[in-house]
Amino acid sequence: MRAAIRVASLLSLIFTSGQALAGYQMNLSPGVTTFSQGAYEIHTLVLWICVVIGTVVFGAMIYSIITHRKSKGAVAATFDDNTTIEIVWTVVPFIILIAMAIPATRVLLAMEDVSNSDMSIKITGYQWKWHYDYNVGEKAEDISFFSNISTPDARSLATSMNVVKDENYLLDVDNRMVVPVNKKVRLLFTSSDVIHAWWVPAFGVKKDTIPGFINESWINVPEPGVYRGKCAELCGTNHGFMPVVVEAKSEEDYAAWVASQKTAAADVAASANKTWTKDELMAKGKTAYATNCAACHQANGEGLAGVFPGLKGSAIAIGDIARHIDVVIHGVSGTAMAAYAGQMNDVDLAAVITYERNAWGNNAGDMVQPSDIKAAR
Amino acid sequence: MSAVIEAHDHHDHKPTGIGRWLFSTNHKDIGTMYLWFSFIMFFIGGAMALVIRAELFQPGLQFVEPEFFNQMTTLHGLIMVFGVIMPGFVGLANWMVPMMIGAPDMALPRMNNWSFWLLPGAFGILIASLVMSMMGMGSAPNFGWTFYAPLSTTYGPDSTDYFIFSVHMMGLSSIMGAINIIATIMNLRAPGMTYMKMPIFVWTWFITAYLLIAVMPVLAGVVTMMLTDRNFGTSFFDAAGGGDPVLFQHIFWFFGHPEVYIMILPAFGVISQIVPTFARKKIFGYSSMVYATASIAFLSFIVWAHHMFTTGMPVEAELFFMYATMLIAIPTGVKVFNWVSTMWRGSMTFETPMLFAIAFIFLFTIGGFTGLMMCITPADFQYHDTYFIVAHFHYVLATGAAFSIMAAVYFWLPKWTGNMYDETLGKIHFWLTTISANVLFFPMHFVGLAGMPRRIPDYSLQFAEFNQMASVGAFIFGFSQLIFLYVVIKCIRGGEKATEQVWEGADGLEWTLPSPPPFHSFTTPPQVK
Ligand code: HEM
Ligand SMILES: [Cu+2]
Ligand SMILES: [Cu+2]
Repeated sequence: MRAAIRVASLLSLIFTSGQALAGYQMNLSPGVTTFSQGAYEIHTLVLWICVVIGTVVFGAMIYSIITHRKSKGAVAATFDDNTTIEIVWTVVPFIILIAMAIPATRVLLAMEDVSNSDMSIKITGYQWKWHYDYNVGEKAEDISFFSNISTPDARSLATSMNVVKDENYLLDVDNRMVVPVNKKVRLLFTSSDVIHAWWVPAFGVKKDTIPGFINESWINVPEPGVYRGKCAELCGTNHGFMPVVVEAKSEEDYAAWVASQKTAAADVAASANKTWTKDELMAKGKTAYATNCAACHQANGEGLAGVFPGLKGSAIAIGDIARHIDVVIHGVSGTAMAAYAGQMNDVDLAAVITYERNAWGNNAGDMVQPSDIKAAR
Repeated sequence: MSAVIEAHDHHDHKPTGIGRWLFSTNHKDIGTMYLWFSFIMFFIGGAMALVIRAELFQPGLQFVEPEFFNQMTTLHGLIMVFGVIMPGFVGLANWMVPMMIGAPDMALPRMNNWSFWLLPGAFGILIASLVMSMMGMGSAPNFGWTFYAPLSTTYGPDSTDYFIFSVHMMGLSSIMGAINIIATIMNLRAPGMTYMKMPIFVWTWFITAYLLIAVMPVLAGVVTMMLTDRNFGTSFFDAAGGGDPVLFQHIFWFFGHPEVYIMILPAFGVISQIVPTFARKKIFGYSSMVYATASIAFLSFIVWAHHMFTTGMPVEAELFFMYATMLIAIPTGVKVFNWVSTMWRGSMTFETPMLFAIAFIFLFTIGGFTGLMMCITPADFQYHDTYFIVAHFHYVLATGAAFSIMAAVYFWLPKWTGNMYDETLGKIHFWLTTISANVLFFPMHFVGLAGMPRRIPDYSLQFAEFNQMASVGAFIFGFSQLIFLYVVIKCIRGGEKATEQVWEGADGLEWTLPSPPPFHSFTTPPQVK
């Protein structure tokens, strides 16, 4: 019974002091879109209905526990059914359920209406990063990029303790998804490997990304700002380390962002034609390795025993260079080793392979140029 | 059949030594083995939960790699569902169903032996994969207890094939156990015990057994499809070959949702035995209890996709599964109202079984409330795959199903052993368990609503306080169970002698047998008026 009182008081805490206890949140946040606000309203409605029913039922129980006890001389009554009351407590809940179903249906139907969107973004889940592609739909822009967690060292026991943990710990990425405000943006979801789920609580959107299939939803963000979320569906070792960050920008800022993305793409294309020095490749390779490879093969190149092979001293990493390039760009089918040809550009691939051959005491001594990658593709 | 039983009656010798257990065909010995099996698995699965909670005590990784963390959540879930709750209830059914219906034993005693002895094999294989993983040879199953494809097929570790074999063995065991319970209830009821006179515990198990027979083959089917996808070139769940990963989820949850009722209907039965006993009053609404159980069982087959709202089903399907799921709240509510009405104007005492039963009613109802919240599709988009779900199913499974098993053990232990358990220790165990369970599970609602996904080894700083609280609760909860173990052992070894009736308000055939009951429960069938 003491437990029950505790539970009841905790339940009421959700409402009364959720805001007062700064620093952590205890309730759903209303968010910024019509979905998230719809979800919040119906959540609040149903929660209150539960609180009222709970108060009645638990109240009756507590009263009975206090008064109808043998130690107080209570003598057991003999009734064991009552048709009227049994009909009442079947019919009344039914009516309450209908009262809940109506607003729930209304909110749901609005969510599933993806028609008349202003632009589309295709979101692809990868183990363990997101890919955003603005090349689809009506107002297509030629932009696509990966979005990785920007604190790669958080993923292993040995290095996690050295990571600075600030308010955005595990919630920052290298490249944010950017959307213009006040536009209906259609989102398409798919996956390149296992099922992930793209979730931004402030938008009320959580959709599974399923390999081979495409899901749809939409957002219309009213306010510029940064909105954070996470992968919600268990997707393997680093499931906890694939945040989603969406930045909503005003119309002008969005246009500027689109322009800067295009310039950056041109720069990358140009850099693929020059010849790189080994130091340049090693420096670039180290970053590319941390973002793309360290999740499995680990920052120290030692892999995870029995799960992901190490690269330090491995026959491929210090052996035939053509084989090494082949494994990285085409992957190893039937294993978790993905084909990176479509995921990284020539410069990054050249850099990362060079890095793998010369880091952690690997002493292949050679290097790979972007042109070698282009030839091998 | 009856000839066999009669031939058996003439000698009342008990087999001895290891043979008594290995070759046992006795419902009580087999029930005892099931219960001990469940208890041992409870500690193994519990230890895994403590690894999880230790890792989640604060942000950052402190104890285990993410990969091992996933193996812990997976095996914890599998062991608790298939190794603790299900065998625990089968153990109770073995002990109690024949005694409650006035039978000498189960109808199919040899099959009973086989269904038990498959279990140590099944879990041996599963746990062996973890031991190998800890020795650096591959990984144990790491895809969650729901083992969604393609994470468990194309991307599954080698041990997945062991896992599949293990699930097959568990399924076989459950199906045989279910057949046995149905055969016993249909054929061995004492003269005069019509269906509508059966104790509610027998009724709930009767219906549960049908659910088991209906859905365990579906589970077997889905793991077999995984097996052929992994090893024989089929593509049921592989989109690259024309398959569909979502098909996996449909089949899994067609098993999975009835499965959650398999784990709770016998609990309803236990509570419906205990509450009237300690309220000294007949159960309120016996027949509505039976009908509510049957309608829950029926509805459980048409709600499975409420686990899949975010997979992108057509909106019509989402609406159907939302409405159907809401309906389950009605018979579930009827049960709770009936228990409260049974207590109402009773003459209650609060021994440990009653305390656990009351805690069950409170806490299971909280789990029911969150269930109701989650079936609202647009809101579930926010709750799905967060700690809110984890809170929900721990309220219904840990403080629900597991609490009911603890209640049942305290309730029937004096009957089983002939000795009363230590009431003071029992109460200490109850209060520690109930308070710590709430410290453990209640904050999970908050972090879930605040946006913490489930199955993650590390989290952002805003979730830290409540996770810390949950971890403290977890360790108290875990270690409190050692008291339970001690109480059980102490009771088996001796104590104040129990009477036949044990509890003042006890009513039913099992309470007419001596405590402990004879080896063959009812050698002459009792007459039920
Ligand atoms: C009023 C009754 C109930 C309702 C309406 C209900 C509803 C739901 C819903 C909608 C979900 C899916 C949530 C999501 O993943 O987004 C769910 C999950 C779950 N429920 Fe219930 N539930 C009820 C009772 C129970 C009972 C009695 C049990 C078990 C004894 C149970 C065990 C579970 C489990 C294990 C899951 C999570 C499975 C997983 O994803 O791992 N529920 N419930
Ligand atoms: Cu993911
Ligand atoms: Cu369900």
